[in-house]
Amino acid sequence: MTLTSKPAEAEPTAAALPGAADVVQRARHDPDVAGLGRGRATVFVAPALVIVAVFLVFPAIWTLYLGLLDYSLTGATAQDPSFVGSQNYTDALSDPVFTKALYLTLLYVGFSAVIGQNILGFLLAWYFRTAPRAVRSTLNVLVLLAWILPGSVVAFLWQALLDRQNGSLNALLHTTGTAWTIDHPMAVIVIFNIWRGAAFSMLLYAAALNTVPTSHLEVARMAGARPWQQLRDIVLPTVRRHVLTNTLLITLWTFNDFTPYLLTGGGPDHRSETLPVYIYKTAILGGHLGYGSAISLLLLLANLVIAVFYIRLLRGGDDESALRKAERKARRAEAAVAS
Amino acid sequence: MRRSRQVTTIVCCVALSALLAGCVAGKKTKSDPTKNAKAKDVSLTINANDVVGGKNAAEANWINSFVIPGFQKMEKAKGINATVKFNGAGVDDEQYKTKLELNLKTGNGADVFAADGIWLGELASAGYVKPLDQVVGPSAATWDGWSQINKSVQQNLTYKDKLYGIPNGTDGRVIYFNKTLFGQAGLPAAWQPKSWADILSAGQALKRISGVNPIQINAGTPMGEATTAQGFLPLLAGTGKPLFDEATGKWQGASSGVKDVLNFYKQIYGAGLGDPKLQQDKAGRDESFANFSKGKIGILIEGDYFWRSIICPDKKTCNATAMANRNSVVGYAKIPAEKPGMGVKGQDFVSVSGGGGWMLNPGTKFPQQAWELMTYMVSAEAQNELAKAEIRISPRDDVNATTLANDPLLSYISKTILPITTYRPSDQNYNPVSVAIQQATADVVSGKSASTAANTYQSSLQKAVGDAHVETG
Repeated sequence: MTLTSKPAEAEPTAAALPGAADVVQRARHDPDVAGLGRGRATVFVAPALVIVAVFLVFPAIWTLYLGLLDYSLTGATAQDPSFVGSQNYTDALSDPVFTKALYLTLLYVGFSAVIGQNILGFLLAWYFRTAPRAVRSTLNVLVLLAWILPGSVVAFLWQALLDRQNGSLNALLHTTGTAWTIDHPMAVIVIFNIWRGAAFSMLLYAAALNTVPTSHLEVARMAGARPWQQLRDIVLPTVRRHVLTNTLLITLWTFNDFTPYLLTGGGPDHRSETLPVYIYKTAILGGHLGYGSAISLLLLLANLVIAVFYIRLLRGGDDESALRKAERKARRAEAAVAS
Repeated sequence: MRRSRQVTTIVCCVALSALLAGCVAGKKTKSDPTKNAKAKDVSLTINANDVVGGKNAAEANWINSFVIPGFQKMEKAKGINATVKFNGAGVDDEQYKTKLELNLKTGNGADVFAADGIWLGELASAGYVKPLDQVVGPSAATWDGWSQINKSVQQNLTYKDKLYGIPNGTDGRVIYFNKTLFGQAGLPAAWQPKSWADILSAGQALKRISGVNPIQINAGTPMGEATTAQGFLPLLAGTGKPLFDEATGKWQGASSGVKDVLNFYKQIYGAGLGDPKLQQDKAGRDESFANFSKGKIGILIEGDYFWRSIICPDKKTCNATAMANRNSVVGYAKIPAEKPGMGVKGQDFVSVSGGGGWMLNPGTKFPQQAWELMTYMVSAEAQNELAKAEIRISPRDDVNATTLANDPLLSYISKTILPITTYRPSDQNYNPVSVAIQQATADVVSGKSASTAANTYQSSLQKAVGDAHVETG
């Protein structure tokens, strides 16, 4: 590929132009589709790689290393950390508090992000997509406020809402004396996170829903499809990839979310202690830096597993394989008819 | 090509590990007492868990409006330009401690900082603080103030026979009670329980008043050290044996004393004599202060900090929890042993004392001037000034002699409580042990049995200090 042909092909709009398929086709066989050459490509990528190395790869290796030490914030082991091999890891895996924290994290992610934020965000986007502009803007502002306010401010507002003696919720329900954060700590942080994070899903789905061709919906309506059928057979298949991307993002965010600490402090008695809170309490407040690093690495691994899982789903579900599946289905149907 | 890449990778890994190993070990700072001793421009920072308008407001005001201008004036007279900055905080002690340790770990932090005596073991064995004679040199020993500071108070800032700072006083724990509620319950205004059973029976009487939480003895993990120092330890001292045996170096495991204490907690929080949810609340201790000041708690164990900094009549110092009628409504009594004569050393009554002080950052740029600032803060003049805003047990006997008489509780503590009190060990393992204690009380409060909680406590204790250092039975 010559340098002169580069600008036209590098244009992002090229894909929409006639002949785009040609470019894509070539890209499959020629790795250097932009025509930069190895040297220049390296220069372009280097700053990003350096940042990734300094802020992501190095801390990960550092964490791995610290996890192998008996190392604490205070006391004699702060001065002379000793190498203990995998003991921190085996300790963590056999510690009931750790396994409970892992379990609570999965509950928290599952209920608040995967189910809660996803569904609430989608419903808000779906029901308000045809609403008048004024209603939509008001809704957007309200939902976004929950998302953009700083966590500490929001936590303070929620404390005022849930306070046992003078909380607004107790005043509304006439249940003075009910300690919501103590009696139902998990429910509180799950609902809190749904409320706080639904905005992102809503925005993403609102954008995704715009990509559903109106003509398809009209055809479906003329054919007598009910709203639920339209949603199931036309909308969801179209926005499926958006759903996966959204779920991947909110899962990872929620997995690492520290805000529950501001509401319940992980308590009472570890009952809302998700992994990030457990790590904070162990490593920073408890001063067990080595052990804390070991758990952090386990959290990192859990994140990687989740990311790989979703990316697999995304890849497996790309248009080509869907097409192939559809073809197979059609062939089978034909065969069935023939026999 | 491939070969050289492998070699590069290996070299990089080796270099990286060497680098990492170098980074982890604590910084070995050499102290030089004479560093900058003749400097004309000096800048110092003071750090304490005090904040104007919040926690320990009286001390924060005193530092800002007396210590800093006074010290700067004094230095000016010697031709030295001193700038002193105060970094106040108003957070839970645990968080203050963490921040302090992180600062010291990275070689930063204030030149002079307030620290609790029980942290000393951890700080010193980590190398974060050093004995005064190393940082300051011989002038540390010759300060004339030492003669005014009682040996037992100096002990709070002593680790392995070395002084690490200047104490800023001591304290004592007592039982506070609300006389108005006691009147309603038919209990005497001059109440002095003689055993734990007396506390429980008073609690039963108070329980009949609606909307009142009879007894508040700190428990659970959110209250942190307050659970150990104000709740568990004064009770444990009432069962005869101290938590830590200095002679054998052993901690008390699930002994009969520990079980008795946990059982007492059970009798309070399992029978509606206390509010178990308050102990589990993230802001439980502050709630308990607020509730007591509103007359909603009958009996509460706390240190004199509660009297002078929480429920004092002055709204400016004590903010929302100030009690204008404190002196007539709030009574106080000695903490009884489980049964008369069962306390440590055969005592009928027990208490727990502590106390912190001003410590010197070994990494300070101006060791001599920082030391001078510390001695200025604990000078008779400065301590008398502090007593104007808030009377407390000063480290100095000469100051106590004139100020304590002005406050009934503090003179009571210095005359009656200090002679019978006990101190917490300054061992470097104290903190993890204290955490295990907090968890044991949390278990009881959340409904587990006292013996289950005691067994969990014993196993966490063994994990924290090693089997060899746990006394069982």
